[in-house]
Amino acid sequence: MQDVTTPGGHWLVLALMVPVAGLLLAVLFGGRHAERIALAALPLGAIAALAIVMQMLSSGAALVYCLGNWAPPLGIVLRADGLSVAMMVTTVVVLTAIALFARIDFATPRGAREARAPFVFWVMLLGVWAALLVVFLAGDFFTLYVALELVAFAAVPLVSLDGRAETLQAALRYLLYALAGSVLYLVGTVLIYGGYGTLDIALLADRLRAEPVAIVAVALMTAGLLAKTALFPLHLWLPPAHAGAPAAASALLSGLVIKGSFFLVIRLWLDAFGSVMTPAAAQLLAALGAGAIVVGSVVALQQARLKLMVAYSTVAQIGYLFLMFPLVLGAASAGAAAAALAGGLLQAISHATAKAAMFMAAGLVYAALGHDRVADLRGAARALPLTIAAFALSGIALIGLPPAGGFLAKWLLLSSALESAQWWWVVVIALGGLLTAAYVFLVLSKALTTTAEPVVITPVPRSSEVIVLALAIVSALLGVAALAPLDLVLIGRDEVMSGAR
Amino acid sequence: MNSATWYGLLGATLAGIGLYGLIVHPHVLRKILSFNLLGSGVFLIAGVVARRGADAGLPGDPVLQGLVITGIIVAFSATALAVALLLRLAETANTASLSPGALEGRAGDAPLPADGSDPGVARRREGS
Repeated sequence: MQDVTTPGGHWLVLALMVPVAGLLLAVLFGGRHAERIALAALPLGAIAALAIVMQMLSSGAALVYCLGNWAPPLGIVLRADGLSVAMMVTTVVVLTAIALFARIDFATPRGAREARAPFVFWVMLLGVWAALLVVFLAGDFFTLYVALELVAFAAVPLVSLDGRAETLQAALRYLLYALAGSVLYLVGTVLIYGGYGTLDIALLADRLRAEPVAIVAVALMTAGLLAKTALFPLHLWLPPAHAGAPAAASALLSGLVIKGSFFLVIRLWLDAFGSVMTPAAAQLLAALGAGAIVVGSVVALQQARLKLMVAYSTVAQIGYLFLMFPLVLGAASAGAAAAALAGGLLQAISHATAKAAMFMAAGLVYAALGHDRVADLRGAARALPLTIAAFALSGIALIGLPPAGGFLAKWLLLSSALESAQWWWVVVIALGGLLTAAYVFLVLSKALTTTAEPVVITPVPRSSEVIVLALAIVSALLGVAALAPLDLVLIGRDEVMSGAR
Repeated sequence: MNSATWYGLLGATLAGIGLYGLIVHPHVLRKILSFNLLGSGVFLIAGVVARRGADAGLPGDPVLQGLVITGIIVAFSATALAVALLLRLAETANTASLSPGALEGRAGDAPLPADGSDPGVARRREGS
């Protein structure tokens, strides 16, 4: 079955062009124009994403664009299925919130033509967006390798924006982990090409067999991607990097950058290697996820600083994302597999919105109080009601209480675990929810304590608080996705899912 | 064993030495050099795969040659970024190690600003 450019496929190219053109123009014009170009590109990107969604809903099939009109295996394709589109829309929504929030922190000072940190921030924001779009839309493993590297190169400077020695160390550590991961991924790609003659994901879904070359390749690629996604035990670079970055940058790193390499693991395990991976192999991956949940949450409870606590919470929540693999691969029916897939995707979307809101709220707390020690947060709720409300709502989304998307995601994962008789994941999911509740309530109980006299704060702009609260409300109300048909996730995956059985 | 197999074993050995060095060495410049060694080993393996998969009459599969060229460019950019960060770290903290202990007791260690703002961002005006 030859791939052919579907009607509306050109929207994929247009969607990619928006951040790339913005990036080039921002570097060209420099200075305060970088911010304006980034803010102008976001609505255009949103329009392109919506156009793709509508085209997919009306045609009911994946959008495909063959570059240069050459079909695989000679050419490469851009392919948008239900998963890509969901992640694209999430990216635009979260980026809009982060960009509006960062307008104040990363404004070029009046009178200066250009300032280092704001210029780097806006350029890297466009860079991360462009790279993530390539990750979501590319249809072959080598384009995905280049996209993975682009994500890493755009994300690393965000860690050390303030130029302190600790953040430079954290940025270097992140870069070295990311480079080791991508080299391992590259070796796997070379082995796959050597064994099967193509790197196109749809073609590989038919050709791959459970042979030594395929197993070694997927093991190497998965190890590399786990280093980039910071799954336990390769998570050591994440807490100093995400906690040391400025608030808007942390939101971008924890919310979106991590999802890029995770999306690649989905493409690898469920799309290309769907017929090769046994449920037993997926149990190993999810066991690491369970380890991440336990270790991340327990260490988060011990943190004295709020930003480090939120960073360790990211380590724990990443573990949740990997629980979907044994549930999809071990599902008894296609419907159960679709439910588990939807649960994993919704968990990723819910975490992206909630963690971005949480990091931005933590940044506002730090800016207002002058510190972020958890023990000294007494009276913060009275001084910063909107910010603490945003923190609470995003905490609700992370714990998984209704009507948040996290609740629906955990519900889908729990029901598919029970249906496929893998009851041990039920225990893990429940335990994770309890531990997340523990550290969220730890922070909230301190913040909601009243003090004798009001806490002295530096006033933070009301608009920042409103933006963070709006994103937190979005994350808390994502449970309305229950009203959308499950079929959205399955669009474009029919050939792949049937090939996997 | 033909020459392709020898080259493959050589590439695997280089990759192994590079990965070991990347993990073990504490000095960041040695880690970066080990990463380059690891990359060289991987490119050699790609060359071997290209040789074995070549059609009759061609010395090597051109697709893999394209992969190697792209990989070299990516590794070069990565090394440039890593070296730039390392230079900045050496300027700022007079150290080339990634351990937090290397930062303690430095002279001129600037504490975080007391007004709570992040040091790298524009200062907010009061009341704005």
